Amino acid sequence: MRRYVIRRVAQAVGVLWAAYTVVFLVLDYLPGDPVAAMAGQGDQTAVDPAQLDRLRARYGFDKPVLVQYLDYLGRAVRGDFGDSVATGRPVTGMLAAAVPQTLQVTVAGMALAVLFGGGLAVLATYTRRRWLRSLLLSLPPLGVSVPVFWTGLLLVELFSFRLHVFPAFGDDGPRGLVLPAVALAILPGAMIAQVLAKSLLDTLDEPYAQTARAKGAGRARVHLRHALRNAALPALTVAGVLVGQLMANSVVIETVFSRNGVGRLTASAVTAQDIPVVQGVVVFAALVFVLVNLAVDLVYPLLDPRIAGAAAR
Amino acid sequence: MSAPLLEISDLAVSYRARAGRVAAVRGVSLAVAPGEIVALVGESGSGKSTLAHAVLRLLADNAAIDGGHVRFGDQDIAALSDRELRAVRGRGIGFVPQDPAVSLNPVLRVGDQVAEALRLHGLATRRSARLDAVEVLERVGLPDPAVRARQYPHELSGGMRQRVLIAVAIAARPKLIVADEPTSALDVTVQRRILDRLQDLTEELGSAVLLVTHDLGVAADRADRIAVMSRGRIVESGPARRTLAEPAHPYTRRLIRSAPSLATARAAGPAPVLDKPSGEPPLVAAEGLVKEYRLPRAAGAARTVRAVDGVDLEVRRGETLALVGESGSGKSTTARLVLRLVPATAGRIVFDGEDVTAARGARLRALRRRAQLVYQNPYASLDPRLSVGATITEPLRVFGVGDRASRTARARELLDRVALPADALRRRPAELSGGQRQRVAIARALALSPDLVVCDEPVSALDVSVQARVLDLLAELQADLGVAYLLISHDLAVVRQVAHRVAVLRAGRVVETGATADLFDRPAHPYTRELLAAIPGGGRRPHSEESP
Repeated sequence: MRRYVIRRVAQAVGVLWAAYTVVFLVLDYLPGDPVAAMAGQGDQTAVDPAQLDRLRARYGFDKPVLVQYLDYLGRAVRGDFGDSVATGRPVTGMLAAAVPQTLQVTVAGMALAVLFGGGLAVLATYTRRRWLRSLLLSLPPLGVSVPVFWTGLLLVELFSFRLHVFPAFGDDGPRGLVLPAVALAILPGAMIAQVLAKSLLDTLDEPYAQTARAKGAGRARVHLRHALRNAALPALTVAGVLVGQLMANSVVIETVFSRNGVGRLTASAVTAQDIPVVQGVVVFAALVFVLVNLAVDLVYPLLDPRIAGAAAR
Repeated sequence: MSAPLLEISDLAVSYRARAGRVAAVRGVSLAVAPGEIVALVGESGSGKSTLAHAVLRLLADNAAIDGGHVRFGDQDIAALSDRELRAVRGRGIGFVPQDPAVSLNPVLRVGDQVAEALRLHGLATRRSARLDAVEVLERVGLPDPAVRARQYPHELSGGMRQRVLIAVAIAARPKLIVADEPTSALDVTVQRRILDRLQDLTEELGSAVLLVTHDLGVAADRADRIAVMSRGRIVESGPARRTLAEPAHPYTRRLIRSAPSLATARAAGPAPVLDKPSGEPPLVAAEGLVKEYRLPRAAGAARTVRAVDGVDLEVRRGETLALVGESGSGKSTTARLVLRLVPATAGRIVFDGEDVTAARGARLRALRRRAQLVYQNPYASLDPRLSVGATITEPLRVFGVGDRASRTARARELLDRVALPADALRRRPAELSGGQRQRVAIARALALSPDLVVCDEPVSALDVSVQARVLDLLAELQADLGVAYLLISHDLAVVRQVAHRVAVLRAGRVVETGATADLFDRPAHPYTRELLAAIPGGGRRPHSEESP
């Protein structure tokens, strides 16, 4: 078990490093001069070349790529991603200001997704009413196919402008969180529901489910105690991967609902070619993704005792 | 005879299929008296398993009881509410399922799974159930029950898991136990010990047993009465000894004839190997084969396990050498070493005079062409998306033999050889029966005219009557083509029918080798004797029923 944990943690660190490196290389190859963009807003002729060189030296762009890379990597490890080219403020500080907004909405979105997606799957596979099962199982494909910005706008239209139940914009208060979280939850909820329903149905056909019935266990007990835990593994894997999806969609959601989170920060940094900020955001996203999947990996053996043994091999 | 404990009368069960309802059980009547062991014998598809499940109403969702009654005591199982049914399951009727590998919940400790059977019927509190479960596990003969109770199913062997399942079935002391092929997934020696224990326990508890089995030998050894099922009907039933000695129904007679464990008249043995000059070198010679596997680091210590521990063997041209042994004895690993599917840790493999131990590239491909494999499970070894024709010609395509027309012609010829109709070429595996699939697998193995075919438990997934025909086919092909077989089997009766020589493996070592007849008549090693004694059908144990 200890080997398993060490292995997973090492993998997580490796993924983080790889993410940082890939972003660095991609940005390095990208056309366009960030320093020029910063100094003259794209109008290079109007800027004094000596001033440009000073800026380059300040951000380290005059050194060889490898030196730049090691230099940036060394500072990134200590949590320093440099200063924003556009605003001059430290990237870490900008991230720290934006993260809570995004965290609130994604955590709430994921919680809703797990709650309703999981609930739908359990109910759909438990009910003996054929029509109810078909109805419930037809919802996830619908949820997967609806684009996030559209559900977002629809929710605002309905609950803010028509019914005046929830505010349409803003970062403050739990009431402002409801609509963006719901809009964000639909896609991952639908996918969790689909995967969990499928694996629950498979699990209920397993011989051990029959053994439980033969002992005298009722339907609810077979469903919840015997099948659900076995069926949860694939859904858990999907949930871990969906966190990445959730963060990508938070860009759209934060734009629709005007929330000042990491998504908005990303959108503006990319537009302004603000490389340090983009790097910081990507590493942050990778960090979240890696941490969530590390958590998933560490939960696996608790759900299924066979996994720690198999992974140690 | 006292009033029956279980009385099935005119029961009919059908499955909903795409083409309408398919009857699986058609008007079956059967009674089981208290304390009696009744064996329900039949081949797959005969409806015996459906009948057993109907007794506990454990039928699949697409199955329905169309008529008849299942009376247990004063209740009609078919008419009970869900709630009443739950009270009967486990408490009134215990159930031992077929496959111990998949019948325990993998994520729950085995002790808790036994305790659940007690808790569900209010026979123990949360606290006492744990101790009671350990006690039940002790009764079924699980060593170190207190330790085992805290383990998960994957940490136990197949035999131990089946003991746990028996513990689950007997925990609430039911009056009837339905056992659906309880030991067909286990080795013979383990099978014998488990059935002994089941029999002792049910005698102790005074429980009756409905024992579903495809193995007439098992039925003969264990049952007071035998009911033979075919195509959804009971064609014959009566006291065990009489049914086997004087079968009235032709189906029963056929079943008895083809059952390898009972057949004495069939012991004609394989055709003799064509005479070869005695100085001819063997086709395959393995010397000092060793295979070590690394175990996961358990409890801090790195360990290796020797699956194969210094095996020497020889297969001559046109000969069948059987490797027998229990699961874990290293017989499959030995075969895979000979085929160079896994690398040997030590030792030498000589194929037709050439050392192929470290052969690579073209030389390894040449070996692949001359040595083929037929797997145990024809349901898993054929690609469900490939037609039979494509399956058989695949080795030819891989080695670039012939053109499309000649390959198809070869496939037709091979189908004919394995006695399948030519129109099978375009069918897919799902449209074939188990025996037909194994014939396709054999045809595929023969496509490249190999010198050696390794048959890994080629018939153990098939019904007895089908087994006999596939074994006959293998013998016939050998006589015609002169191919040598390395036959892996846990079933000594099968080995006796087709092998020229036998090597007995135990814990990775060959304990005894010899000509088949000699080895069966005069086993030298005590382990060989133990294996032979464990073959079902060998004899009955004393049973309370037989005392006056």
